[in-house]
Amino acid sequence: MTSTAAPSPASTAAPPEPPARRRWSPSRRMLPYLLVAPALCFELLVHLLPMLGGLYMSLLELTQFYLRDWLNAPLAGVANFSFALDFNSAVGVTLLRSFAVTAGFSVLTVGLSWLLGVFAATLLQRSFRGRAVLRTLFLVPYALPVYTAAMIWKFLLDQDDGMVNATLGGLGLTDGQTFWLLGDNAFLATVATATWRLWPFAFLVLMAGMQSIPHDVYESATVDGAGLWQQFRSITLPMLRPVNQVLVLVLFLWTFNDFNVPYILFDKSVPNAANLLSIHIYNNSFITWNFGLGSAMSTLLLLFLLVVTAGYLAFTSRRMKDA
Amino acid sequence: MPEPRWFRVLRVVGLTLLTMFTVVPLYVMVTSALKPLGAVRDRFQWLPEDLTFQPFMDMWSTIDLADYFINSAVVALGAALVSLTLAILAAYAVSRYRFRGRDGFRIVVLSTQMFPGILFLLPLYLIYATIGRYTGIELYGSQLGLIVTYLTFSLPFAIWMMVGYFDTIPRDLDEAALIDGASPVGALWRVVLPAARPGIAAVGIYAFMTAWGETLFASIMTDSDSRTLAVGLREYSTETSVYWNEVMAASLVVSIPVVIGFLALQRYLAQGLTAGAVK
Repeated sequence: MTSTAAPSPASTAAPPEPPARRRWSPSRRMLPYLLVAPALCFELLVHLLPMLGGLYMSLLELTQFYLRDWLNAPLAGVANFSFALDFNSAVGVTLLRSFAVTAGFSVLTVGLSWLLGVFAATLLQRSFRGRAVLRTLFLVPYALPVYTAAMIWKFLLDQDDGMVNATLGGLGLTDGQTFWLLGDNAFLATVATATWRLWPFAFLVLMAGMQSIPHDVYESATVDGAGLWQQFRSITLPMLRPVNQVLVLVLFLWTFNDFNVPYILFDKSVPNAANLLSIHIYNNSFITWNFGLGSAMSTLLLLFLLVVTAGYLAFTSRRMKDA
Repeated sequence: MPEPRWFRVLRVVGLTLLTMFTVVPLYVMVTSALKPLGAVRDRFQWLPEDLTFQPFMDMWSTIDLADYFINSAVVALGAALVSLTLAILAAYAVSRYRFRGRDGFRIVVLSTQMFPGILFLLPLYLIYATIGRYTGIELYGSQLGLIVTYLTFSLPFAIWMMVGYFDTIPRDLDEAALIDGASPVGALWRVVLPAARPGIAAVGIYAFMTAWGETLFASIMTDSDSRTLAVGLREYSTETSVYWNEVMAASLVVSIPVVIGFLALQRYLAQGLTAGAVK
């Protein structure tokens, strides 16, 4: 990379700076940009450029007739948006319902995952026998590829041969014939599957966050006579705030955009109660081949997430400063 | 401090319930993989009557599992290696240099998590098709296209975590190397990287897992030659029935490499994620 031998002609021409052995390495000012550039290029190619393309497509009349030559599709203005948001038509109503289902799914899954995660991390905070084993065990569902996790739940919840119906029926709690993957139950099935796989992530991050809280804080609280519950409320939770800020946001974004769980659980026929926005837009786009409309719906989804994220970050950052 | 009685009771009850919640689905997965087809099509039984390894043999011929396996392995390995390399370079810059735009980096990383895959799936497909038409580089329906796509999915958090690890390595180390005449890239290679080895392994397995498990883009961007496991495993279900024992056997085999890698490195992963979050 750098060579100290053989001064090159250029360095003799312009003597004092830069030193000869730094000649072929880029200047210190340029280097960080060069190091970041490859990562940036790929992100631009796969994320930013297509996203701009998607925003543009949402303004086109991009039905199946124009797909082959999409750059020449006629402009539709905001027609796609007003169509998607026309709550007097079937398209608007199903989109609104899908939004409500997604919001419910996301809030429940994030809430449950966080609660289970903080519960388990607190119980495992102090050392005892078997702690390391449990810690590893709890992480297994998150380590599974998401499609195998969803496949397992699809099998568990199978109406005829599934474990859940066999057990509930065997115990006499139900007749053992419940359709978990049809109708309104499908919502519960989706939340259960997503939570099962996601809570270990909350657990992993919260556990690492708790480990970075110094021991002596707890010790002096004990000396002051604070009970375990008080310590949890006045030490653990406040100290976890920076970790929670990012964790809850990421969990929210992941669940709100979730595609995998309903895609694997229900194949092509997704029940209304589990029709998350991503799969709703996906199926809509590929059934009607109206990519303009699909892009408009995706754009609305992005706008919503943008507003929520900005509001969330502003709100939580101010609270952290106040604290 | 001695633990109060209520806490010990709560711990036993709570951990027992969480263990059941975690283990029962895994138990069903493993036992069903060992049942003959007749048994999984019958009413579910907790204690299987006869166990067989037959599903682990049959699963290879019911669908083209080996092909999907190889496709997934090539794609995930390729994406992980490139993502890791790019992350190391970028993270070194963020960790060691002050430059314009550096402070926005965390916001950028978080905002990439916000993009709905469905919004850029179709345009990306059209862009890949266009690139193919003009350059002859086949990105649609090819392993290369999936590698390029997947490496960008793991890249934001990979950089985030790498910055966390690099920040824990004292700057004096690479500054000493610089004074000794190493170039900045030489210092990164010879001093910083060896010290960050566990972190590198953790980020590598994270990038591998991301690619190994991706479904949405795989469902559109692959054809029958480049199909990955995420899409291929669905072929065990036909119109009339599902080979549940083979599905579970294949799921088990597909999961084992990532589960082992993840569990071995989870400590470092957690460290990296929180280190990135706290600052």
